[in-house]
Amino acid sequence: MSEQVTTLPEGAKSIATEAPALPRRRRQLQERLTAAMLGTSFPVLLVVLWHVGVKYTGTRLIPSPYDVAVMMYDFTFGGIYDDAFSASILTHIWKSMTRVYGGFLMAALIGIPLGLMIGRIKLLRQLLDPTINVLRPIPVTAWLPLSMIFFGLGPNAAIFLVFLGAFYPILLNTIFGVRSVDVRLFEAAAMLGCSGSAMFRQVVFPASLPSIFNGLRVAHGFAWILIVVGEMTGVPTGLGSVIMDGRTLSRTDLVVTGMIVIGAMGFITDRLIVQISNRVLSWSPQHSG
Amino acid sequence: MDKVAPTILAVRGVTKRFAIGDDEIEALARIDIAMAAGEFVCMIGASGCGKSTLLRIVAGFEEPTSGGVAVQGKPITGPGSDRGMVFQDYALFPWMSVHQNIGFGPRQRQLPRREVQAIADEFVRLVGLERFADRYPSQLSGGMKQRVAIARVLANNATILLMDEPFGALDALTREQLQRELLQIWARTGVTIIFVTHSVEEAVLLADRVLVMSAGPGRIENDIRIDLPRPRDVSSPEFNAVRRDVARRLTSHLAPVQAASH
Repeated sequence: MSEQVTTLPEGAKSIATEAPALPRRRRQLQERLTAAMLGTSFPVLLVVLWHVGVKYTGTRLIPSPYDVAVMMYDFTFGGIYDDAFSASILTHIWKSMTRVYGGFLMAALIGIPLGLMIGRIKLLRQLLDPTINVLRPIPVTAWLPLSMIFFGLGPNAAIFLVFLGAFYPILLNTIFGVRSVDVRLFEAAAMLGCSGSAMFRQVVFPASLPSIFNGLRVAHGFAWILIVVGEMTGVPTGLGSVIMDGRTLSRTDLVVTGMIVIGAMGFITDRLIVQISNRVLSWSPQHSG
Repeated sequence: MDKVAPTILAVRGVTKRFAIGDDEIEALARIDIAMAAGEFVCMIGASGCGKSTLLRIVAGFEEPTSGGVAVQGKPITGPGSDRGMVFQDYALFPWMSVHQNIGFGPRQRQLPRREVQAIADEFVRLVGLERFADRYPSQLSGGMKQRVAIARVLANNATILLMDEPFGALDALTREQLQRELLQIWARTGVTIIFVTHSVEEAVLLADRVLVMSAGPGRIENDIRIDLPRPRDVSSPEFNAVRRDVARRLTSHLAPVQAASH
């Protein structure tokens, strides 16, 4: 915590605090740079190995990093192949995001309240727990045929599959979060006059938030993983459909490009979720910073 | 204290049995206590003598197997804001600041926002945490956390404070300071306090009455009035005489090892 001497006049204070702060900030910057360099050096090494591997074996089935870079450029800006995929990256990202976040938000909107209630109400737990545990191990891909029957060919089937994949981690982590809250917090709240739905809003939900955020993060990862499966359901746009098209057209450069974009999107949005959770959970010593 | 003060808390014929597997354990055997308003009562006894169970029954967290508890003549049916529990491990809401924790009770009463703020401010001041009002519990020392816990129940108009070894986890210096502060708060607010401890010195320092409990099943063996004038001096011969007397009665129900703790 800050040990700033607040009684010092403004000028003196800035001298007093800035003098030791500067080297510390520089050290932090240095540390961050080192981390960034180490973090990027490994993928660079992988790309080099990939390049050498493709050149050495002379394979035509795997594109070289250069081929993929050209494809990525064309996918982003166009002007090279000028085909259906040129300069279409934003459309595909946008379409995929509507499906990823459509399914993810629906999973959160149903999974969190349901999890809070299952965690807190014994009757509901006894009613639903066996069903959940039977449905949960069924792979999402196994639902593909049924979801196409339920929702037809199109984005709704994709959203449903993402929803299924995101739902269980959110639900289970929420239940776990509620179950692991110190019972004394509920007792303390009850003795202070809190009950019923106010208890859910003011105590059960915030107390379970660290675990809920764990579930959201895992579920969010699954949602991006499942987008490829979801967009196998015959939708014309989206990063998953780009990969499926690349497969049917035997254009592996397109496949790898799609993979990289999904990876990058998943990474960026995951950082965003971590930022949000650190902010929301700033009270928790495990999350601040 | 005042002998004509009305009875605020009456524990009548309370017993408690727990089922453990096929066995039934008698945790409390017929407890009767009457407490006058404003009285400071310490309960002391070995672990397992049921003092915490008794406190939880008074709080309304557990139901007695038979008998009942009445506050101001009315039987209790569950937890209520008239009885505020202060737990040994604080049980503060970790996602709320000091100020929000203290304002939690008033918020439940649907008071206007400004009034909640004013009450919280007042009780933050009462326990001297103005500078830490915006901190989260994880950023506080144990002593500060326990001050917040005390302020939280007082801000909710609790007339009876139930304290379950509240200072047990604190270091000796902080404990002494909090004992002093608690006595000041008690004198200023006139609350009734039931304080569970296993320190004889703490009991004699704080209490108007010390209830010595013994285990198997839990019952009250002695009800000792402490007539030492306040503020009490722990190093005075009079204090030591009383302390020895209480310790002797406690050890007569205890194994010698446990009696050595103070």
